[in-house]
Formats: sequence, C-alpha cells, structure tokens
Amino acid sequence: MIKLVKPSVLRELGILGMNRRNLTFIGANNPRRNYQIVDNKLLTKKAALERNIVVPELYGVIEHQFQVNHIMEMLEGRDAFVIKPVQGSGGKGILVITSRDGDHFIKSSGGVIDARDLRRHTSNILAGLHSLGGRNDAAMIEALIDFNPALAEYSYEGVPDIRVIVFRGVPVMAMMRCATHASDGKANLHQGAVGVGLDIAEGFSIAAVQHGSLVTHHPDTGACFKSLSLPDWDAILDLAASCAEMTGLGYLGADIVLDRQRGPMLLELNARPGLAIQVANQEGLIHRLGIATEIARTAEDHDARIREAKLRFHRPQAVLQQ
Amino acid sequence: MIASSAKVGIIAGVLIVFGVAVAAYKVVGLDLPLWPGESREVWTVETKVSFKPADGPVEVDLALPSGLGGWVTLEEHFASSGFGFSVFEEGDGRVARWSRQSLEYPTTLYFKQQVYRARLASLPDLPVELPDPPLLEADQQAAMERFVADLRDRSSGPATMTALMIQELRRPQPGQDAEFLLGTYRDTPLRVMFDVLAYAGVAAYPVRGIALQDGRRRQTLSTLLQVYDGSDWEVFDPETGQAGLPDDFFVWRQGNGAALRVLGGRDSRLEFALVRNSLSAKTVVSMEERSGEFALLDFSIYALPVEQQGIFKGILLLPVAAFVVVMMRVLVGIKTSGTFMPVLIALAFLQTTLWVGLAIFLVLVSVGLWIRSWLSHLNLLLVARVSAVVIVVVLLMAALSLISYKLGVDQALTVTFFPTIILSWTIERMSILWEEEGGREVMMQGGGSLLVAVLAYLTMSVPLVEHLTFNFPELLVSLLGVILLVGKYTGYRLFELYRFRDMANMK
Repeated sequence: MIKLVKPSVLRELGILGMNRRNLTFIGANNPRRNYQIVDNKLLTKKAALERNIVVPELYGVIEHQFQVNHIMEMLEGRDAFVIKPVQGSGGKGILVITSRDGDHFIKSSGGVIDARDLRRHTSNILAGLHSLGGRNDAAMIEALIDFNPALAEYSYEGVPDIRVIVFRGVPVMAMMRCATHASDGKANLHQGAVGVGLDIAEGFSIAAVQHGSLVTHHPDTGACFKSLSLPDWDAILDLAASCAEMTGLGYLGADIVLDRQRGPMLLELNARPGLAIQVANQEGLIHRLGIATEIARTAEDHDARIREAKLRFHRPQAVLQQ
Repeated sequence: MIASSAKVGIIAGVLIVFGVAVAAYKVVGLDLPLWPGESREVWTVETKVSFKPADGPVEVDLALPSGLGGWVTLEEHFASSGFGFSVFEEGDGRVARWSRQSLEYPTTLYFKQQVYRARLASLPDLPVELPDPPLLEADQQAAMERFVADLRDRSSGPATMTALMIQELRRPQPGQDAEFLLGTYRDTPLRVMFDVLAYAGVAAYPVRGIALQDGRRRQTLSTLLQVYDGSDWEVFDPETGQAGLPDDFFVWRQGNGAALRVLGGRDSRLEFALVRNSLSAKTVVSMEERSGEFALLDFSIYALPVEQQGIFKGILLLPVAAFVVVMMRVLVGIKTSGTFMPVLIALAFLQTTLWVGLAIFLVLVSVGLWIRSWLSHLNLLLVARVSAVVIVVVLLMAALSLISYKLGVDQALTVTFFPTIILSWTIERMSILWEEEGGREVMMQGGGSLLVAVLAYLTMSVPLVEHLTFNFPELLVSLLGVILLVGKYTGYRLFELYRFRDMANMK
C-alpha cells in the first residue's frame, strides 16, 4: 500500500504544490517578458556585470556550427572550464572539465574524453538538444569555479551550490545542494544529491535530506552536516536579493556558489525553482511567502528587506541539532 | 488574482451550461438518443461515379437502389453541377441520368443517401427463366460436364449444389476440372459460377450491393448469387458459400443489367464512401417524415460530406484525449515525455487495438533506442541524427509489417498508423535522457506517457464517448469549460501527496 498524506495536512503545514506555484506565484509575479534575462545565461551574465554582481568569467561563446571546429583554439591554455548551453534548463547539457592532459580532458566525474567528444557535445548544444523547446542555441564556455575549500568536504565530485528563493525581493528560503556519487556529481536533488536547508538569518544548517529522507552525514565524504555554517552569508543574501531587482521577477531561484578568491558568485537564475527546498528545510513555503509579501509592502529598501527577512525567518531550533 | 479566477469561473460556467443546454434540447426537443444503445444504425452512402470523357456528348446512367431486402432510403442528394440531370422510371426501378454536350476533364459525380434497414426482409422472387447453356470450347465442355456431374452426384438439389460449387471453386487447390475452368475463363470466378449453374439448368441471378463497413472510403459493388431451388429463391455469398442475405449488405440491384452506364466516357469507376451513425428510432421516423425541415441537424456534423464525417469522428475524440492528459498532469502529476505525445499514441492505438499497439510501440522504441545508441558513436549533427532515426523507424515498420504478414498476423499491418516523426523524436529524447539521467528516468517518463496513452485510449474507445462527441459536439464546449476550471486548480497533485508524505511526521 502506497502511503499518502492527506491534502489537509499539507495545507496545514503550508507546503507549496506545483499547481499553486505555477498559478499563484510564478504566473502572477513573473511577467513573461522578463523570462528572457533568466533563460538566456549570456543575458544574465551581462545584466549581472552591469550591476557589479560577481559571475564566473566567460571564456568564449560558440554560436555557429563552423566555430565548433575551432573550439580547441578557444581552449588554448585553459585547463579547467565548463561548457553549457546558453538557454539550457534544469542543469542539462553542462559539461565540467576539471583538468587537462594535452588533448584529453578529465570530467568532474573522473571520466576522460577527447576533443571529438567535446565537439560533439558542443554541436548538440547548438542544435538545441538541451534547450527549452528544442530551438537552436549557443554554447558558452566559462571558468570553472574554484570553490571554497571550507565546503569541499560536503560535496563529492561536484560543486556545492546554494539555492535561495527570493519572493518580491525578499530572501525566503535557502538550501545548499551537495553532489554525491549517486547524483553523478550533479547538484540535482531528484538524482540523489543531498539538500541541506539553511537558516535565513545566519546560514547554518537546519536539516539535510537525500532522496526525501533525513540524513546527518554526507553519504560519500562522511562529513557531518550539523557543523555546517556558510561563510559570507550576508553577501549571499545580498547577492540573491539583488538578482530579483535585476530581473524584475517576483518569484525567483538564485543559484550561488562560493569561490575561493572571489566570494559568492552568481551561477544561474531560475524563474521556475523547484519545490524540493521545502523538504530540505522541513518547512512549507506558503507561510513564509505570506510574510514576505508583508515585508515587501512595508520595507523601504533592499537592506531593510533583508534585515526583516533575517528577523522573521530565523529558525532557533534546527532539526539537525535536536 | 481573485478577479481573474472569477472571470474564468464565469466563462467556464457559461460554456458548460451552454453545451449541456444545447445537448439537452437535442435530446428533449429533437429526440436524439443520449445513449448509443437505443439507436438505429443509419448508413450514409456516398456514391462516386468517376470517368474520363471521350469526344462528344456524355450521358451517365446510374440505376438507383429500389429498397430491396427491407432497406429504406431516408434522404437522397445528387450533385450535378454543370450537368443536365433527371431521374426517371425504367423497368422496375429508378435511374438517375446526368448528361452534358461535351466535357474536357475527368469528372466525378456524387450521389449521397442515408439508408437504414427497417426490417429484415428477403429479396422478392424473380421470374424463373431457364438460362441458355453457355457456349464453350470442346475441352471446356468436357470439363464442365464432368464438374457438373460430380456436383450433382454429391448434392441433393440446386441449393446444396450451389453451396458445393462455391466451395469447390474457392478452394485453395481446386479439383482438376474446376482448376481448368477457372484457368481457361480469363474472367472472374463469378462468371464461371453463373455458367456452371446455367449448364446445370439452375435459374440464377446476380444481386449487386455494398458490403457495409464503417469508415470505408473506396468500397466497390460486390455481387451475391440468387439461385432458384425449385420452390424458393435463395441467396449465396460467392466468396464463402454462406446462404442467406447478410445483414450488412445494402442491396443495390437485383437481376442482370448494369448498375452504371457511361456513354461518351471511359475508365468509369463506381465507388462508395460509407459512414455509420446512430440515430434513435424515433428520429429516423421523423427524419423520414420531414427531411429538409430539420434545421439543427442541417447544422450538425451530418450535413458534411461522408468522407469528412468519417475524419471528424476521429477529430472529435481528440478533445477527450486532451482532457485525459490535462487531468493526469494537473491532478495526478504523471510525467510524460512531450505534452501531447500520449494523445498521438492513443490515436494510433484506436487503429491498432490496445495490445497489438502496445507491443508495436515497445518494439519500435526499444529497437530504435538500440540503433540510436549506435548512431551516437558516429558523431552526427542533431537534425541528421533524428532524420536517420526516422528512416530507421520507417524501415522497422516495413519489416514489422512484412514479418507479421508472413506469419499471418494481420493486425500488425496497422503499424503505419503510428506517427513516425513523433516516434523518432521520442526515441531521440529518451536516449538523451538515458545518457543524462539514467534508465530510471526513461522508464518513469516512458511509462508515464504509455500509461496516459492507454487511459486516453480506454476513454476514447467507450462507445458512449464516441456517440456523445459525434452526435452532441456542443458537449465539447462544456468540456472546454471544465478544462478552463482545471487550469485554475491550485490544489495538490496526487503525486505530491506521495512526495511530501514524510513531511507530516517530521514536524
């Protein structure tokens, strides 16, 4: 017998469902015309640079098939880089190269590929294989994040990233996504990455979840999530809230990574952030979204919104600490 | 927000009420049957006479059916643009005549009628005329004599003899004499049958008519044998030897004489398009009485040409399938690969039947995936690769048809109903999904698509659903209203009740 939970229980907990997210929050707060800046990662990067938001360095863009043959020249002297579709969705089509041995490239998972594989991957991106609606796309090559060693033990074969949901400029909920062996180095929760809910006020861990159940330690590295507390937390919140102002989207997910030298860095934005963050935080979103609406109405500026959010969303007792 | 949902609510309410009201009027006011059960089968028969003109004036005579075997004509309609047209009595039946001084292009003339079988009557008796024995070559004569003598020996009268003769001539390996006759006649076996009966001194006439099949577009006239057994006339099917007039045989003409005569033309063809509808017995009667003043029926699907009616039968089911997809995705939360691919698969299932369709689909997709994984080594551009998969899928379909035909499984021939391009894209997407997210995700999405397709198929194949969408297309307006309402549903999906099941205890 499959165990189901009563809708009334979910409603009481304030769990946000897919339909409600789409209609009430995305549909009503995200104007269609503002999607472009989020869906197109080049535009995101450009807009971020204009606002002095830190983003990974862009090495080059491949827009046409003939350029694919010159990809090796573009990668001259680059040992670590990431190739991704400009209009990809859900982390699809992202190829991470961590080091290089002549014409052989080593993927984050440890697999070795050659120039031919790189070219094939790039032309797949150009043909629109990983893009929304399958339309033609461009590929961008950017610097690999040199991620903060403080977090290294929490992720296996991949970069841990921090997802912050921002509603009307107010940071509402946050989690860190840690790649595992099961998730193949990807930070996708449904593939088996660990989601760690984070306290909005101070950036320490609240709960950690893998495949929907609570965990206390990373399954591969054995690191304990209880002691996790993110450095530069205020800068992370500041960056996430700035993204909302930059895009004009009312309901937004900002993916942020911590770079060793450059601090919090915007990786990408998402106009349709997923619902798993509720499981990682062991809390529903609806209640917090209601409070955020109130904050957005009363707080006069960017800093006030963050200050209020830190005050109202502080979780004194974390699940992990119990 | 509230204003917008109120607006949707009002629009949806108006749509739902409108559709139900029109349908209710048709049920109460016009006596259309709400249930498919209480109905009578009315066939719409569209006759197409096509020919190429020769020099000089053109005259086309079409003998019209005269209500034999209990068939009643409800409505007749002739299309005769540019032709002189008249209907006149000739002998015991009516003949329609189209005429024109000269004609330059190949032309098709149309004649549409609505018929139903009011009662199961037998065919009227014909004058018993002993036929002249056929003129035969000496060796044919000898074979004929032996064949007839053999038939006579093994039968008790003209009726059993006819049945035996059909059996003998239709056997895969006929006897020596039968084979000789069939071989030397250079004509249809039917001609041989009439000559054998004439030689044996049995009075026989052809009965021409249409074997009724729903949705057929290019049916031709077929012929039955009517044989006098000494006291009564009996009808035989020259294919199977079955005695009696089949229920689904619309009798066009009895006795010798052509159904179609074309003067001043060549390559003439007589073809029929057929569609079966269900109308209540009462409606049929009132249509008979006041055909022409049925305003609402004139604006219904019935007013369309028969071929389009057949197509519409399928198209009108599409909204129902789309509705199933909406419910499954919004209320249940099943993942499908491609939003409406399940609908297309379900449409294919309608043609192939469920199990055969499922088997074909699984074979095509799995072999396609296997070949696609090989193609991925070749490092091709995406569009070229998908095209390659299209070609492979087409070849697979051809192979599947051939193999199944050789094995005698006719149903797999319907493989052609599967949407090739969609299938190829599915294979491509699934193989990428496999590479990126693993086999589990492929099974989830593929399984989800198939599940939704099967549900859509099951819904579409309910006779009531087909009956309602075809006879009450206004109900689709109501369905539109319901879909608008579902589009405003903000509650949880069934799948989310499972996904967040552990949240309740952990708080």
